[in-house]
Amino acid sequence: MATYAPALDSTRIAQPSRGASFVATRVLVYGVLIFWAFVCLFPIYWTLTTSFKTAPDVMQGHLIPLIDFTPDWKGLRSLGLSPDTIFETSTVRDEFLKRFTNSLIASLGGSVLALAFGALAGYGLARFPYRLGVLKNDDIAFFFISQLILPPVVLAMPFLVLYKELALLDSLPGLILVYTLMVLPIVIWIMRDQFSNIPVELEEAALVDGLSIWGAFARIVLPLALPGMVAALILALVLSWNEYFFAALLTGASAQTLPVMVASQTGSQGISWWSMAALSSAAILPLILVGILLERYIVQGLATGAVK
Amino acid sequence: MTNSTPADVGPSFETAVAATSASQRATGKLMIAGGSLLFAAALAFQMLYASGVTATGFESWLPVLYAYVLWALAIVFGQILIRGERGSRAAFVLPAVFFTVALVIFPTLFGLYIAFTSWNLSSDAGRVFNGLDNIRHMWNDPFYWNALGNMVYYVLMVLVEYAVAFGLALVLNSEIRARRFFRVVFLLPFMLSPVAVSWMVGKSIMENRFGPMARLARFLGWDRPAFFSDPWIARLSIEVMDAWVFIPLMIILLLAGLQALPKEILEAAKVDGASPWQTFWRIVFPLMLPVSITAIIIRIIFKLKLADIVINVTSGGPGGATDTVSSFIYREYRDRSNVGYGTALAEFYLIAIIIFITVLLVYGRRFARRFGAPPAVART
Repeated sequence: MATYAPALDSTRIAQPSRGASFVATRVLVYGVLIFWAFVCLFPIYWTLTTSFKTAPDVMQGHLIPLIDFTPDWKGLRSLGLSPDTIFETSTVRDEFLKRFTNSLIASLGGSVLALAFGALAGYGLARFPYRLGVLKNDDIAFFFISQLILPPVVLAMPFLVLYKELALLDSLPGLILVYTLMVLPIVIWIMRDQFSNIPVELEEAALVDGLSIWGAFARIVLPLALPGMVAALILALVLSWNEYFFAALLTGASAQTLPVMVASQTGSQGISWWSMAALSSAAILPLILVGILLERYIVQGLATGAVK
Repeated sequence: MTNSTPADVGPSFETAVAATSASQRATGKLMIAGGSLLFAAALAFQMLYASGVTATGFESWLPVLYAYVLWALAIVFGQILIRGERGSRAAFVLPAVFFTVALVIFPTLFGLYIAFTSWNLSSDAGRVFNGLDNIRHMWNDPFYWNALGNMVYYVLMVLVEYAVAFGLALVLNSEIRARRFFRVVFLLPFMLSPVAVSWMVGKSIMENRFGPMARLARFLGWDRPAFFSDPWIARLSIEVMDAWVFIPLMIILLLAGLQALPKEILEAAKVDGASPWQTFWRIVFPLMLPVSITAIIIRIIFKLKLADIVINVTSGGPGGATDTVSSFIYREYRDRSNVGYGTALAEFYLIAIIIFITVLLVYGRRFARRFGAPPAVART
């Protein structure tokens, strides 16, 4: 395959046939890279630009701002966020900001809670031998991680009924609990792996110096596991910020999140492309920024769990 | 409860176990007893009220949940006081255990109970036990089996996604410029909300009249492009969108596997004059089998939850061609408030996928051992 083509090698470049195939491979490799980069970026580009298009621009399929069409604040105006409407009162803007904050609170709350539970459990499972009946560490870890396969539909309806009884329906604390349980398996998986990569000798030294196991955990282990915790937190954030199924079933007027708002717009209003584009942009931009800035952590977090 | 056994093998370390004093132990026992009593009392109080035996009670069950939290805290701290060091060790996993029992185990079991009832939230009849009626109904429900059949198609498409992801991971792993740029760009779709993707791709780019894809299709000679009218094209369109979101996940896993490959073996193959094609099929692919199987299984797990895109783009249409089990049950609830039947379908699905994933795990491992590189090579 193209990938393992020999690297630029001065002794071989002299042979013409080798050089030709080398060039061909390079062209192929960069062709694939550029094509896939286009596939990844075009929908994002399309969404961001469409929020600045007027109806005729959409229908004529104009693509490049300033050359093809004159950008207009249409999308942001429909949310009450364009320069000319930002100081006026706007019910749409209030609605949008409420959904945005709800999403932020629910996903941050769930992720932080899952990280707290998951870091503790991951450390325990990586360090101390437990026994719960016939279950040992690996079984207990498998019990937690296997919950990853639990599809949301299985829990959705019992939760609907239970939350009604618990008065947690359409409330942010209720949503936070759901998101915690949803991301907990992945967090435990990543954190257990992170902790078992930290040498035990460090804690032994700390214990000899008189720290308790809690002290050793908080002062020695946690700082070392920080990159792994960032990775787990980001993954949890991505999953819960984008979550739609539970939010659609368990929330209503007060705790509804941004994805539910985006989804509810698609059917009813027909095609007001610019406002849909603006809403979608708002739903994807925070995580695009996170992805660009913290790519290293995301890759590291996913990779440690799967590759041993 | 959890017991730490010092003699057990494991990545553990020994410490001088500080003895707990008698008063500490007494306090711990008092805490646990008090917490249990409080929880039991709250539970009994509310149960009696809910069943109509007593007239007073809480407005909702929320106080019982608070009592459960207090009970869990009492047990965690109480057993630290009683058992000292060993109690502290157990205290690391106990919060996650209590959380999981309350929010995963209990609702799943409760769901199993609902599955044997006829329960329509919009009717006044309430919950009526109806035995196996739901299962019988399910057996004769062509739409449910249709949805399950679609899941088979969606899961099989994971192999195509895997091939694409493997190719892209190989390209990313070769000597290229601007590797970091491409890695970030390739990751981005994974960060996007499926609901937003439903609109961005499904409802605008694939829109039949103005969407760029429709324009491209017309340019390529497809007169009246329609991405969601023909069953097979619709299925393919949904699959493309879902693949677009999740291929980055597989690329990341496979790329990490490629980077962990032993360099010496690849060097040796090059010295021996193996062609890139031979190197790939004889060395890279077998060595990558364990990672590949992990990546495929993780991807299948996510695939089995596919719902958001289907709900928002096609609502399962045309004629159920794109329906997934999750989106079907979602509509079953949304349109008919049929909690009992919907839960029965979901629980059946859960059992089916548990069996399926277990078989995959067992045979995947066996397959990797037989056809993958011998362990001695893999470890060098």
